[in-house]
Amino acid sequence: MRKALVQVVAIGVVIGVLVTLVAVLFQWLPHSATVQFDRIQDIYWFATIMSIVIFSLVAAVVLFAVWKWRVPPDDDRDGPPIHGNTSLEIVWTAIPAFLVIVLGIVSAIVLSENGKAGDNPYHVMAIGQQFAWKFQYPDSGGFTSGELVLPVDRQTQVELSSVDVIHSFWVPQWGQKQDAVPGIATSIFVTPTRTGEFAVVCTELCGLGHATMRAKARVVSQADFDAWTKEQKA
Amino acid sequence: MTATQHETTHTEYPAHFEPPHGSAWRLVFGPGLVRGVWVGALGFVVGMLVVLFCRYWWNWDPVWKTDIVLVIGGMVTAPIFFLGGLGAFDYWLYYISGRPTRPEDHSGHGARSWRDYFRVNTDHKVIGVQYLVTTFVFFVLGGLAAMFFRAELAQPGLQFVDSQTFNGLVSVHATLMIFLFIIPAFAGLANFAVPLMLGAPDMAFPRLNALSYWLLPIAGVMFLASFAAPGGAFASGWTGYAPLAEGQPLGQTFFNMGVQWAGASSILTALNFLVTIITMRAPGMTFWRMPLLVWANFTTSLLVVIATPFIAGSQFFVLFDRIMHTDFFIPKGGGYVLGYQHIFWFYSHPAVYIMMLPGFGIVSEVISSMSRKPIFGYRLMALSLMGILVLGFSVWAHHMFVAGMADWLRVPMMVTTLLIAVPTGIKVFSWLATLWRGRIHLTTPMLFALGFVTMFVIGGLSGIYLGSVPIDIHASDTYFVVAHIHYVLFGGSVFTIYAGVYYWFPKMTGRMYSERLGKWHFWLTFVSFNVTFFPMHYVGLRGMPRRVFDYDAAFGDLNFVISVASFALGASFVVFAYNMIVSWVRGPVADANPWHARTLEWQVSSPPPIFNFDEIPQVVGGPYEYGVPGARHAVMSPAREAEEVPA
Repeated sequence: MRKALVQVVAIGVVIGVLVTLVAVLFQWLPHSATVQFDRIQDIYWFATIMSIVIFSLVAAVVLFAVWKWRVPPDDDRDGPPIHGNTSLEIVWTAIPAFLVIVLGIVSAIVLSENGKAGDNPYHVMAIGQQFAWKFQYPDSGGFTSGELVLPVDRQTQVELSSVDVIHSFWVPQWGQKQDAVPGIATSIFVTPTRTGEFAVVCTELCGLGHATMRAKARVVSQADFDAWTKEQKA
Repeated sequence: MTATQHETTHTEYPAHFEPPHGSAWRLVFGPGLVRGVWVGALGFVVGMLVVLFCRYWWNWDPVWKTDIVLVIGGMVTAPIFFLGGLGAFDYWLYYISGRPTRPEDHSGHGARSWRDYFRVNTDHKVIGVQYLVTTFVFFVLGGLAAMFFRAELAQPGLQFVDSQTFNGLVSVHATLMIFLFIIPAFAGLANFAVPLMLGAPDMAFPRLNALSYWLLPIAGVMFLASFAAPGGAFASGWTGYAPLAEGQPLGQTFFNMGVQWAGASSILTALNFLVTIITMRAPGMTFWRMPLLVWANFTTSLLVVIATPFIAGSQFFVLFDRIMHTDFFIPKGGGYVLGYQHIFWFYSHPAVYIMMLPGFGIVSEVISSMSRKPIFGYRLMALSLMGILVLGFSVWAHHMFVAGMADWLRVPMMVTTLLIAVPTGIKVFSWLATLWRGRIHLTTPMLFALGFVTMFVIGGLSGIYLGSVPIDIHASDTYFVVAHIHYVLFGGSVFTIYAGVYYWFPKMTGRMYSERLGKWHFWLTFVSFNVTFFPMHYVGLRGMPRRVFDYDAAFGDLNFVISVASFALGASFVVFAYNMIVSWVRGPVADANPWHARTLEWQVSSPPPIFNFDEIPQVVGGPYEYGVPGARHAVMSPAREAEEVPA
């Protein structure tokens, strides 16, 4: 019995190492470009470690059992009549419950942090319409632009609305997503941490042109941003 | 007494009910598919005339309106008349109209030739096979739709189909797989196995059972027929979100109404299962002696009965908005857009468990009998099903974390969602403990059961990511979600359906499938499944949204790999189909109990006698008492001699 447990753990460690390699050798998440996505990536790693342990355990037991206790087809003997084990059942009820509650608490904290407006958020309005995005800048004179330009390191509130069907605003490197719903006001907060060019992707099926409903997003320095807004107003 | 003797007793139609006319007359006017088709066409004309008359009477302009005529004539009266023509209402209509009903002569019961599978049959075993064959046909059609759009997705940009067709293929694929394959395939397996496992001669309501089966092809034909509608098939996804669905071409109506027929079929079957399980258990079959498959179908049926009316409601509201100009989900008229999603997911989240719990039941049967051990923690296994049932109704809004619903709803829905991992974990760990020190027979059903356990764990773990609101905000509506649902519904549900079909194949057909081809089928499916769906996690997290025909060129290579693997996955089905068909026709004759299992269906011949048990079994113990000296699940008297059979 003890020998079997040691063997299972050994197989589990091998599987765990292989799965960990898959998790770290590939860049599964986009390179984060916002404070909000940095926080989400922390939970992502928490969930990933949990998943690696659980998957390795399950896969190890299945492989071990098949390797160790497989019998030929003509074997008609029964296995030992083990009906259950209350303490074991309590353990595997309590441990997952504990893990998911911790994950839930961490997630709730991050959700609340990511939903905070900050002291003085900059407002941008994103308006979805089949099949394009329009961006308005009420804090800089109210002009409209076809590309989304944001200043770096500044908390920005993107207020979403739609004139026809449901669209969804997502910039993969920003990690924030929100539906633009006709008749409802929604918004997200982003604090870009690096400059660069990104793509605004519509992620809610909105009709024929859904796949091509994209807009350019640029994060620039505050000075460049001021110059750009001045140019737009002119 | 054996099945053969029953056949001689019942094959002959009692003389006094011999119809007075010749065989041609009977073909056209007797119950059956031919009468179903022409009476169905008549039903369309009747519906059309009602619409035209009403519109003419109230001076509505124009009198002819295609979408209304199609909804009433094509999707309401024609199917009802078709069922009537088929003979699904014969007994009830005779009774209602005061004519003498035919005494139960069992002529509509059991199958003596292949023709008996194409008519209204009240035998739960025949209905189970009808369900399974029909659902596998739709599985192929839904799979072909997937092959088409995977061909399109092999490269970025638009190559083969236009974008409306692409969206239509995606929507029809999901709709067929959910409503015409996974849900009814489980209903088919349960239809066959549950009455036998309970020691019952049939379901509680055999005629209702036949009706629920025949409602199903109506829904399937409606979904497929939408391709012929002007503007193409319904193209707003299987979720059919308002307000997108409200402005769609005519094809959307086929979805709105098709769901009603599929839903009616599920509800009637579920009611039948509930009554059967509650009232038709053999003497001694207490709830705590029921096999876990029966427990699983009990909880599933509760989910179906409570939840399914909600999707019916959501689709009726959309239909009313579309053809009657109501404003349920149109903000300009005061409608509430998110109302649709709340009602839709109040069904469609429990539907995920409707598509999973029966599979849990199948896997419990297979793992226990193939490990030759009692299922570990039987009572907790049953209770965890009930736990999932209750929790399953409190998590629907986790599909709406980015939908713009009230912020305060997110955290409670996240907590309940994550907590479902607890009863699910109990089940997984208990299966593993059942394997522990077992005597494992690695047959095809066992391979699929073990494949299920590992793949379903991956799907469950990606569900943990999606359950956490902040991660979901990033991953929602991307290919990560596509990967997740396919690990749950293919690696989960479909693997268990395969396990169940292989497991009960000898019982259903009386013949044995080819174990060698079964193993080929498993490994081809398992490998190509993983190559198809695992990379989707990656492209999703990296930035590829779902339901798009075009995507960032950076994902081109991986999508090509996914498409090639998906064709291999499609091809692996051919091995299965060949094995099933050839083995059914000329496989080696199967023993009554090839797996040495303890549950009741294995204690009768393969295939079972027409009324299942020649003598009602007396249940004296649990269903999985492997290795317990002298333990028995049920006491059955040996088969009686032929002379003793009462006439």
